[in-house]
Amino acid sequence: MEPVTAKSPAAPLDVEKIRSAFPALEREVHGQPVAYLDSGASSQRVLASIQSVDRYERRHHSNVHRGSHTLSAEATEAYEGARATVADHIGAADRREVVFVRNATEAINLVARAWGDANVGAGDRILLTEMEHHSNIVPWQQMAERAGAEIDWAPVDDDGLLDMDAFAALLARGPKLVAVTHVSNVLGTENPIAEIARLAHDAGALVLCDGAQAAPKLPLDMAELGVDFYAITGHKLYAPTGIGALWTKLDLLRSMPPFLGGGSMIRKVTKEGTTYADPPARFEAGTPAIAQAIGMASAMRWLDMVGMDAVREHEEQIADYALERVAEVPGLRVFGPPRGPGRLGPVSFEIEGIHAHDVSEILDRHGVAVRAGHHCAQPLMDRLEIAATARASFGVYTTTEEIDRLLDGLEDARKVFGI
Amino acid sequence: MDELYRDQILEHYKRPHNFGHLEHPDLEFEDTNPFCGDEQHVTIKLDGDDKVAAVAFEGKGCAISTAATSLLTDELVGMSREELLRLPKDFVLELLGIEISATRMKCAMLGLKIVKSASLGKPAEWEDEGEAGDPSEAVADLGQL
Repeated sequence: MEPVTAKSPAAPLDVEKIRSAFPALEREVHGQPVAYLDSGASSQRVLASIQSVDRYERRHHSNVHRGSHTLSAEATEAYEGARATVADHIGAADRREVVFVRNATEAINLVARAWGDANVGAGDRILLTEMEHHSNIVPWQQMAERAGAEIDWAPVDDDGLLDMDAFAALLARGPKLVAVTHVSNVLGTENPIAEIARLAHDAGALVLCDGAQAAPKLPLDMAELGVDFYAITGHKLYAPTGIGALWTKLDLLRSMPPFLGGGSMIRKVTKEGTTYADPPARFEAGTPAIAQAIGMASAMRWLDMVGMDAVREHEEQIADYALERVAEVPGLRVFGPPRGPGRLGPVSFEIEGIHAHDVSEILDRHGVAVRAGHHCAQPLMDRLEIAATARASFGVYTTTEEIDRLLDGLEDARKVFGI
Repeated sequence: MDELYRDQILEHYKRPHNFGHLEHPDLEFEDTNPFCGDEQHVTIKLDGDDKVAAVAFEGKGCAISTAATSLLTDELVGMSREELLRLPKDFVLELLGIEISATRMKCAMLGLKIVKSASLGKPAEWEDEGEAGDPSEAVADLGQL
């Protein structure tokens, strides 16, 4: 395989060793080891994360920030330690900038409710892109409806890249916020977030970046990206469901009213009213997902051990190999940027004459798991003028042999459909 | 797999029956498979006795949804709106004659749901995975039509 980047390579991943850290990869599906090419929907869990959750549940559980007894202190230490790990992993300046949430969707809803409702009014504008996941569309549509605000859509060009000229032109309309995905969950496009943030700030807008797809693949440094809000989910990052993180600059977080009300997020409650705790507690009402936060932090520590530069390089190499191989399939059309440096997964495609559902069903019979559908990105599907694609998405454990099995399955699909 | 994609299914997928659009339909409805965004549009013309005289469907879908609606629409001529509303899911499953997994049930039932919505004049409510909410229960609503 040709190297895809000119920069000095990170030490390559020992994929076999990495695979041994993922118990689910031992599963067989229809008599064959599962070739799990659906990590973009949800990754498999790394053993380090599974074990840390298990250890916590067996020995250290109590409620956090509540009692002075030993178990509560241990749980609190583990939960706040998890926050520090997340902060460290994403290059946050301060662990208090990390708010634990259920997932990236909740992170974005939190911003739309807490920051948006307080700062976006009638006639104001929000700038989205055509390649957003529904999680970075619907909360803004709901907010725009509450506020009487308008939404603009930065277009995607035919190569699956954000049209930066059109983006700059829409910025001139003076949006209050730019909400953009870091990596497209359909196209594998990595958006130039640092440049977007610079342009947006020059135009007076804040920037929210949806990092659900990017966080498992890319080294992250919040200062380098220069955004104001960054949303992460755990379950695509080799960690449990029900946990994610919202990173926000501390000053901004301090200026925001709460999202949900309840226990833990208060300073003082009287019959007359309530004053609120400082961030991050202000945004974590109720007992949090303690074990899951610990599980996410363990997965991040494990990723740091592997090295995020190597993780990124592996993703680029697998995406490149997959793009090279699927180009051999007659009648197959790939959506997203062409092969080249910086092209990440997933690889979304359609085969003329076979619906994506049927492709995925036949691949499943070969033990190959891919997703078929609109990938919660219907405006992008409209832009591409298709209803559904099949999508192969990758993880640290993906091998070129699995891509070869994908190709064998596609060959069979064409045979079944007589193409 | 051979079972799911047997010749009859593929034949209806590649050359669906009753494919197209009837001009000036008496009943029509369009709906989406929320699983994938696939759309189908059904048009129905009624005869003097308010029974189905002709039916057509159009849209882009997978082999299962296209074959299911193709097979279903072959059976509808002569049925009253009440009969359309009473059609059980098994009617389609028996026409297909294959095992349909839970994940593909929405594909298999899309056409039936649209036919029922067309006869009801509003979206038929039901749960694709279970018995609850089958629009055949919506017959009671017919009085409001």
